[in-house]
Amino acid sequence: MNIRKACAALSLCLTGLVYGNARAEEGKWELAGQASVEARYFPDAPAFPGQKTMTVSPSATLGPELVYEWEGGNDRFNFSPFARLDANDKQRTHSDLRELNWLHLGSGWDFTAGLGKVFWGVTESVHLVDIINQTDAVEDISGEDKLGQPMLNLNLEQTWGTVNLFLLPGFRPRTFTADNARLHGSLPIDTGNPGYQSSQGSRHIDWATRWSKSFDNLDVAISHFQGTSREAQLVFTSRGGQTVLTPFYNQIEQTGLELQLTTDNTLWKAEAMTRTGQGKRFFSTVAGFEHTLYGVGGSIADVGLLAEYLYDGRDPRFAPPTLADHDIFAGFRIAMNDTQDTTMLLGGTWDHKTNAKLINLEADRRLTDYLKLEMKGHFFVDIPNADPISAIRNDSFLELKLNRFF
Amino acid sequence: MKAIGFNTRHAWLATFLGLVMMAGAPAWANAATAEQRGLEIATEADQRDIGFVDYRVKLEMTLRNKHMQHTSRSMRNTTREQANDGDKTLIVFDNPRDVKGTAFLSHTHKLSADDQWLYLPALKRVKRISSSNKSGPFMGSEFAYEDIASQELEKYTYLYTGDTKDDKRDYFIVERTPTDPKSGYSRQIVWFDKSEYRVWKIDFYDRKNELLKTLTYQGYKQYLKKYWRAKQMDMINHQTGKSTTLTFTGYKFAIGTSDMDFTPNRLKNAR
Repeated sequence: MNIRKACAALSLCLTGLVYGNARAEEGKWELAGQASVEARYFPDAPAFPGQKTMTVSPSATLGPELVYEWEGGNDRFNFSPFARLDANDKQRTHSDLRELNWLHLGSGWDFTAGLGKVFWGVTESVHLVDIINQTDAVEDISGEDKLGQPMLNLNLEQTWGTVNLFLLPGFRPRTFTADNARLHGSLPIDTGNPGYQSSQGSRHIDWATRWSKSFDNLDVAISHFQGTSREAQLVFTSRGGQTVLTPFYNQIEQTGLELQLTTDNTLWKAEAMTRTGQGKRFFSTVAGFEHTLYGVGGSIADVGLLAEYLYDGRDPRFAPPTLADHDIFAGFRIAMNDTQDTTMLLGGTWDHKTNAKLINLEADRRLTDYLKLEMKGHFFVDIPNADPISAIRNDSFLELKLNRFF
Repeated sequence: MKAIGFNTRHAWLATFLGLVMMAGAPAWANAATAEQRGLEIATEADQRDIGFVDYRVKLEMTLRNKHMQHTSRSMRNTTREQANDGDKTLIVFDNPRDVKGTAFLSHTHKLSADDQWLYLPALKRVKRISSSNKSGPFMGSEFAYEDIASQELEKYTYLYTGDTKDDKRDYFIVERTPTDPKSGYSRQIVWFDKSEYRVWKIDFYDRKNELLKTLTYQGYKQYLKKYWRAKQMDMINHQTGKSTTLTFTGYKFAIGTSDMDFTPNRLKNAR
C-alpha cells in the first residue's frame, strides 16, 4: 500500500540521515519503552450467536521507544513501534508504527517529518477537537489510543500565538475488533475494503492548522481540518450474499475551539467544533470543570470533582454515530500522593434522552520502579435498543494490566 | 525671659517625650530594626544569586518512611533566570520508569500565581495545571511544591530574630512568613551564614504553628566564582517520621538557553 511504501522510503531516508550523522559526530542513542500482560473479564454472556464468550481474555503488548539525538538534542530520530498479541481477537492482534519521525528544534520553531502523534484538546470525557490521528479502536473504547499518522508538521511560536501547520499525506483507516470477538456488533465489518468519498481514497492529502495563545490564565486555541473523516460511517453492503458493514470515510471540514480558564482550584474547560461533509453542517460541544480539593480531611490525598455537559447536533442518518449527543458526565479523581502514586478515576456518562449510562473506572498503582499495576473498567447500564452503543451492551468488562517499563 | 520661658516649657515637653520614648520607644525601634534587618539579610542573600542566567542539574530524590524503607526518583532540572520576574523551570523525570518523559514546566511570578504545565508522554498531552496546590507533596516526597519552587523575595515577610553559631560558622536567624494564604506554613525559621548568606537550615511550622519539618543543606560549592549551590538537601518530617534526601549532581551554568526553551509548546519535546 501507498502508506507502507512511504513509510519504507521515509525509514530508509531516516536511517541514512542517522547513519551518516553517526559517523560525522557523536550522537546519543536511548532505548526505553514498555511491555505488558493484561486480562479482560467479561461477566456477561455474548449477545450474538457465533460470538466468542471470552470470559477471561488474556493479551500482551510490546512498545519500545528508540530515540537517537544529535546536534545537542536539537535533531532527533524517534522510532516507536507497537505490537499486541490477543488470545481471542485476531484484529486486536496487530502492530503499528506509533512514531517514526525526524524532529528538528529551532529557536521558536520546530519541524517533524514522518509518522507522529499529536493531541489537541482540554476536556476529559470526550476529545471532540482532536483529529490529527486515527483512533486505534481495538485497543480501548476510550478512543485515546491512536495510530501513527504520516505528517509534515511545522510549529511556529510568535508573540501573537503559536501556529501549528500540518500536511497529512495518507490516511489510516480505523481499526475494528474481529467479527467473532467481544465489543463488536452482530454484523461483520469489512475492515479490509473501506470506501472513500474522495477518488484518491486513502491517498488523499489532508491538511490542518491550529492557532493557540494564552491570555493570562485563559488559554484559547482555534483549529481547522480539511480531509478524510477519522470517524467511519458503517454502510450496509451485500458481499457474497451476506450483509456486512463497510466503513465509509467522507471528506469533511472541521473547525474547532478549545478554551481553558485556570483559576485557583478549578479548571474551566470547553471544546466546540463544527463540521461539514456529513449531512448538514452540525455543531458539537463539551464544557465543564474540574475542581480539586487538596489534602482532603487533613491527609495528603487530593480529590478532583469533574463535571461536563456533552452536546452533538449531528444527523445520524448522514454522520457516523456518536455516544455523546445529549449527555452529562460526572466523575471524581483521587490522587493519593503516596510513593506508589496511587490514582483512581471513576466517571459516569448519562444520556438524559435515552437514559443510557456508561460507567468508567481507571485505577493504577506503582509496584516497583519498573512495574505498574493498572485496572480499567467500562460498564454499560440501561442501554436502549436505539442507542448506537446497544450492539455492545453485553460487553461490559474489567481489565487488569501489569506494565513492565524498561 | 520670654525666650527662656518658651525654652523651659519646651524643655519640659522634651523631657516628657523623652520619658515616653525611654519607656516605649526602644521596643518599637527594635521591632522596626528586626523587620528591616530580616529583609536586609534576605535581600542580600537574594542579590548574591542574581545574574546566574541559567543552569542545568540532575536530581536524585530518596524517599524514606519511618521504617527506613526507601524508594528513589531521578529527574533533571533546567532553570532560566528572568530579569523582572520569577525564574522559569523545566523538570523532566527519568525514574521511576512509568513517569519517564513526564515533564513539568513552571513560570514563577514574584507576586501573582505561578503558571504551571504538565506534559504526559503517553497521550502526548500538555495540560495546564493549577498552581494553588502549594502544600501538596512533590512526587510523593516530603518536599511540598512550595519548597521546590523558586524562592522569590516577595513571597515572604521577614523578621530578624538573632544570631547563633556552631563549630563551623556564624549564622543570622531570620523568621519568614509566607504572604500567600495558601501556603502550608505559618512561618519558617531560616539560618543564613554570615560570610556568604547561604541557607543551611529551615524549620517549617505548620498552620497550627507546630514544628512540621526541618530542611538542612550540605556540601555547598561555588559556581562561576559567585553562585553557591548545595550538593544535598535533607528534609525530615517530624510529625510522620518520613524523610527525603535530594542530591544534586552535574551542575552546569551558562548553558545557553533561551525563553523559547520554556514554552508550553516546547514542553512536548522536552527530554
